Amino acid sequence: MARMRPEINAGSMADIAFLLLIFFLVTTTMDVDVGITRMLPPPIDPNAPPPPPVRERNVFVVLVDRHDRLMVEGQITSIDRLRDVTKEFLLNPYDDPSKPEKRIEEIPHLGEIEVSRGIISLQNDRGTSYEMYISVQNELAAAINEIRDEMSKEHFGMKFSDLRDQELIDAIRHAVPMAISEAEPKDIGG
Amino acid sequence: MARFKKDTKSGTPKINTASLPDIIFMLLFFFMVTTTLRETQLFVRTQLPFATEVQTLERKSLVSHIYIGPPFQTRIFGTEPRIQLQDQFATVDDIASFISAEREARAEAERPLMTTSLKIDRETTMGIVTDVKQELRQVNALRINYSTARGEVPASPRR
Repeated sequence: MARMRPEINAGSMADIAFLLLIFFLVTTTMDVDVGITRMLPPPIDPNAPPPPPVRERNVFVVLVDRHDRLMVEGQITSIDRLRDVTKEFLLNPYDDPSKPEKRIEEIPHLGEIEVSRGIISLQNDRGTSYEMYISVQNELAAAINEIRDEMSKEHFGMKFSDLRDQELIDAIRHAVPMAISEAEPKDIGG
Repeated sequence: MARFKKDTKSGTPKINTASLPDIIFMLLFFFMVTTTLRETQLFVRTQLPFATEVQTLERKSLVSHIYIGPPFQTRIFGTEPRIQLQDQFATVDDIASFISAEREARAEAERPLMTTSLKIDRETTMGIVTDVKQELRQVNALRINYSTARGEVPASPRR
């Protein structure tokens, strides 16, 4: 005698599955590794002759002490102003003799252009907090990126981050180098 | 009146559930593709600082990670920030052998592109970070990436 097997109504299973799907879609953060990429200076060869000294007007000293106080070119500065001060140093719009020299360079796609010889020297203490250090690195990078954006808009009509042609990217990178030097560690106290 | 009797005979109509397995498989594949498997178990807290000017780290196979932060198990290991390489605590002296082991594992052509990702807790002080950086310089692992979270920098940290 054939008995009819009861069937379970599974029609709502799809709804449950979709509910789950949407829940995970909303809550999953796709973990992309982002960060500030830097090149460390190569190790110092003790036998090599010391590098030629850089002229004082070309060096922009940014110093963070162990109480996370920021000192820029000998003056205590708040981090909010760091970006503008850095931009003014690198651009040197009024050819101030205390700010860095510029040299004229021939760069493909840009023609003859002034390249700043300024170098940012970032110094920190062993007691500086990592958070502050990254904030300072971030502001310095932001200053350089803003200058690159401005130059890119002027010459190519779009922001630096929107450039896709590698040659144009290299040209801008050459014209506005990411010249951040991390000093040899030393205790600057404070 | 006999006309209406027909309706009561058939029960609830059956819903076609043939597509259910498809949905479940879709879920499965979605998570298989998006989930990043964590190959190391973290012993130190790495709450990353915020930054806006970030670049995405590409070529994950060429990235080696160094974790620095206060240990989770403070009763055993204290609160002083420690270095973690792979799945164990390490000291600054272990970094050289770690980097050379990482290099050995990659093809020769790809070695210059290797990046060291520093995942450092935001409350760590720079002393230990500087030591690690000096050690990386010594072994010529010069491409580093300060791992950060994407976001606005808080107005003025600590102070």
